[in-house]
Amino acid sequence: MSHGLLTMSYITASILFILSLSGLSRQDTSRRGNYFGMAGMAIAITATIFSNNVHGEHAYIILIIALLIGGLIGSFAAAKVEMTQMPELVALMHSLVGMAAVLVGYANFMEEASPLVGVEKTIHELEIYIGVFIGAVTFSGSVIAFGKLRGKISGKPVLLPARHWFNLSLFIITFILGYQFLEEAETGGALLPLAVMTGIALIFGIHMVMAIGGADMPVVVSMLNSYSGWAAAATGFMLSNDLLIVTGALVGSSGAILSYIMCKAMNRHFLSVIAGGFGTGGGEAAEVTGEVYPIEAEETAQLLRDSKNIVIIPGYGMAVAQAQHTVYEITKLLTGQGKKVRFAIHPVAGRMPGHMNVLLAEAKVPYDIVFEMDEINEDFSNVDVSIVIGANDIVNPSALDDPNSPIAGMPVLECWKGETTIVLKRSMASGYAGVGNPLFVRENTRMLFGDANDRLQALLKALQA
Amino acid sequence: MKIGVPKEIHDGEKRVATTPEAADKIIKLGFDVIVETGAGAAADISDEAYREAGVTIVDSAKTLWQEADIVMKVRAPERHPELAIDELELLKPDQHLISFIWPAQNSELMQELAAKHTTVLAMDSVPRMSRAQKMDALSSMANIAGYRAVIEAAQHFGRFFTGQITAAGKVPPAKVLVIGAGVAGLAAIGTAKSMGAIVRAFDTRPEVKEQIESMDAEFLMLDFAEDGSGSGGYAKTMSKEFIEAEMALFARQAMEVDIIITTALIPGKPAPELVTAGMVESMKPGSVIVDLAAEQGGNCALTEKDKVVIKHGVTIIGYTNLPSRLANQSSQLYATNLRHLLTDLTPDKDGKLFVNMEDEVIRGATVIKEGAITWPPPPPKLTGSHKPLTESPAIKTEEPAQKSLLMQLLPLLLAGAAFFGMGAVAPESFLSHFTVFVLACFVGYQVIWNVSPSLHTPLMSVTNAISGIIVIGALVQVSASLEIIEILSGLGILIAAINIAGGFLVTRRMLEMFRK
Repeated sequence: MSHGLLTMSYITASILFILSLSGLSRQDTSRRGNYFGMAGMAIAITATIFSNNVHGEHAYIILIIALLIGGLIGSFAAAKVEMTQMPELVALMHSLVGMAAVLVGYANFMEEASPLVGVEKTIHELEIYIGVFIGAVTFSGSVIAFGKLRGKISGKPVLLPARHWFNLSLFIITFILGYQFLEEAETGGALLPLAVMTGIALIFGIHMVMAIGGADMPVVVSMLNSYSGWAAAATGFMLSNDLLIVTGALVGSSGAILSYIMCKAMNRHFLSVIAGGFGTGGGEAAEVTGEVYPIEAEETAQLLRDSKNIVIIPGYGMAVAQAQHTVYEITKLLTGQGKKVRFAIHPVAGRMPGHMNVLLAEAKVPYDIVFEMDEINEDFSNVDVSIVIGANDIVNPSALDDPNSPIAGMPVLECWKGETTIVLKRSMASGYAGVGNPLFVRENTRMLFGDANDRLQALLKALQA
Repeated sequence: MKIGVPKEIHDGEKRVATTPEAADKIIKLGFDVIVETGAGAAADISDEAYREAGVTIVDSAKTLWQEADIVMKVRAPERHPELAIDELELLKPDQHLISFIWPAQNSELMQELAAKHTTVLAMDSVPRMSRAQKMDALSSMANIAGYRAVIEAAQHFGRFFTGQITAAGKVPPAKVLVIGAGVAGLAAIGTAKSMGAIVRAFDTRPEVKEQIESMDAEFLMLDFAEDGSGSGGYAKTMSKEFIEAEMALFARQAMEVDIIITTALIPGKPAPELVTAGMVESMKPGSVIVDLAAEQGGNCALTEKDKVVIKHGVTIIGYTNLPSRLANQSSQLYATNLRHLLTDLTPDKDGKLFVNMEDEVIRGATVIKEGAITWPPPPPKLTGSHKPLTESPAIKTEEPAQKSLLMQLLPLLLAGAAFFGMGAVAPESFLSHFTVFVLACFVGYQVIWNVSPSLHTPLMSVTNAISGIIVIGALVQVSASLEIIEILSGLGILIAAINIAGGFLVTRRMLEMFRK
């Protein structure tokens, strides 16, 4: 395949990727967007395989085997994954991109047939260095994020003393090594600085994600998404490949915007999330004291029967208990009785942007009864019953009225303005952010303790009775 | 301990301080409950119903006051010559009394009660804070008064409340103006609204605007900025200019509306006169005014306390016993308020009263403790905590400091300098790639900016798949001569392939689930 054809294929692929992302920003075009993405990827890979860059029987055997195995593993994972485990899968896939970037960077570094000289050579080496750095940070950071989401690593932020200095010194060492790398690249002995830097980048990635609290996980996941894009873009610079640059930049900026949206939803400053350490603001948050009013499933059913306007607020607890199907059964039953049932989704509910929407979609909840926080918050005064399922921080009134609360200023779903709030919860433990919640002791709040799915099943039974 | 509930002796008072349901729960707290025979008759509660709940019925007030350790009442103790009952006389030393007292207005009564060495808890002095809402009898009574005010108005109003178009002609809906949107005002708004009237409401406290609008009534705005919120959720006296603007508004409204319900009260002061004789005159014949402030002198100049009068063709209702006119309902709510207070007073549920002066709610309600007057209580620690949480988050919204021009331009200058520096040294080939990179970033920004939140996860997994494009980087290197490069590239291809296949397929799976 000629160079011209290859370039044309790459342009086509870039356009398809852009169409894919723009398709994904709306419900009705989203499926088409996904197919555009697949088409773009197929064109890019096919064109590359048949281009002059790939030659020799050996190479074809390797690439076919690798593509087949990788494709099979990927398809298997995609078919098997539980919707509740989406955040983990996404984090894991980010780590793969990071890993691939590191591998490609090393491979490119070892290729001696580089025709470049002078400034171009220096820039090329710098590109390798930066590409490997971003790739390694993405890789280790995503692995830690995966561990945290899985619950294998504690969700609590690990705050080393003087962690900002630690980060800074890592950066400085990276700079010095970079200088050495460029010096020694002239003589050919630059592998050592590159390897040491990779190690440092790995530590950097681990440390960065370890220091971020569990409640900030949606930001971390979208931030790593952005990093994986930048890693691809850096690889593109390294290989002088515009397709990689365009695609990497698209993914990078989309991830950055998602992180920004998440941060805004939590009223957090982007930098303070990245720098880690949640709730380090001054002042003691007010203690939550008061009487909790427990309720049983039967009473809840009665309450629901007597109400007209119901809002369901799902949180991470619903995902853990896999309760989304039961929730929808109840919704159908209540809607059938002529009641208005809606879902209210907080932007950071769950552990990943859009986590709740995916779960509700899995349970076949039609998305026109699913509302965003801003759409529904003003309407809570007309709501008879709000059902909070395994959510805590996103319905915490102290975010609004306690300036010392670690989550002060974060917009929350103001369900307490409704007639009654029913909170499904395992126990009185505090949420992921470790903040007490005065909602639970409010006059118009009733606590339904127990496993969410179990309690909802009981509620469903009571409603059917 | 034994709790006694006597029959109310005040003229026209039909309420009773406990109901069978409340008594049942009080008995569970460990108390014995005795009720004077016929105490609930006016509120449609028979002696038999009390007995079923485990209450002992005693046949005279004298016996009741004699036997009870705690007396629960609605009205403050008084003398009734015709019935020959003097409740103050009947009150024993060291007895506990729980009822409405109004210590500010009744200093003489307070002295007499104190002289008896009693402990008195005034239901009207329960602090207005969130925790004490369940025993806030003023609110429950105000709620009933607001409801009843509309019912009284409807009775004296010659038309429908709701608008109708019938075969016999068109009926316009009644227009109701509610002045003062406290608990009573809001109850009146809700009741009038549910009867189909057009409801407008006015209040000096701007924060209730949202509450009024939440009940689907129209909030009358005044072209004048002054916040009338006083402490404890009540209003305060406003400035002269404000009152003039307010009066002008009422004068305009009076000509238009059919029914005015006034509920404006300022604690410890006579009710403000809001509806003048002139306004009454300007109202349409057949209109109705219900003055809920009649007890404190009335918001309408022509109100006569406890009477219904017709002036200039307008019916003016000045009843002060509206809760009593809904005796069963108000007895139920009042009894529940009392029961909640008792629950707080018996922390061990052993039937022993513990007047804990450390508890802010109990401290506020206790006006006499063992003969010593403890009223007024120290100012509550949380003033204004009763305010609705609907308004203004408590944290300060910091105004972004006005940056100097230099600070605003600095990022631009820096970026410009960086681009300039890059352009000066970087070779042609790099710059063309860099151009592509910067443009692609902007495209990404434009494309993603309006993504719908429900699609965040699919978007992320699709970008994940797309970033598997890094496979190209591995593909172009797989033909290298060195074996190590082949291995590294091969691994890279494998990993990226996982990503591509996994990302696209899982996105497809997810999107299939989204449906309308």
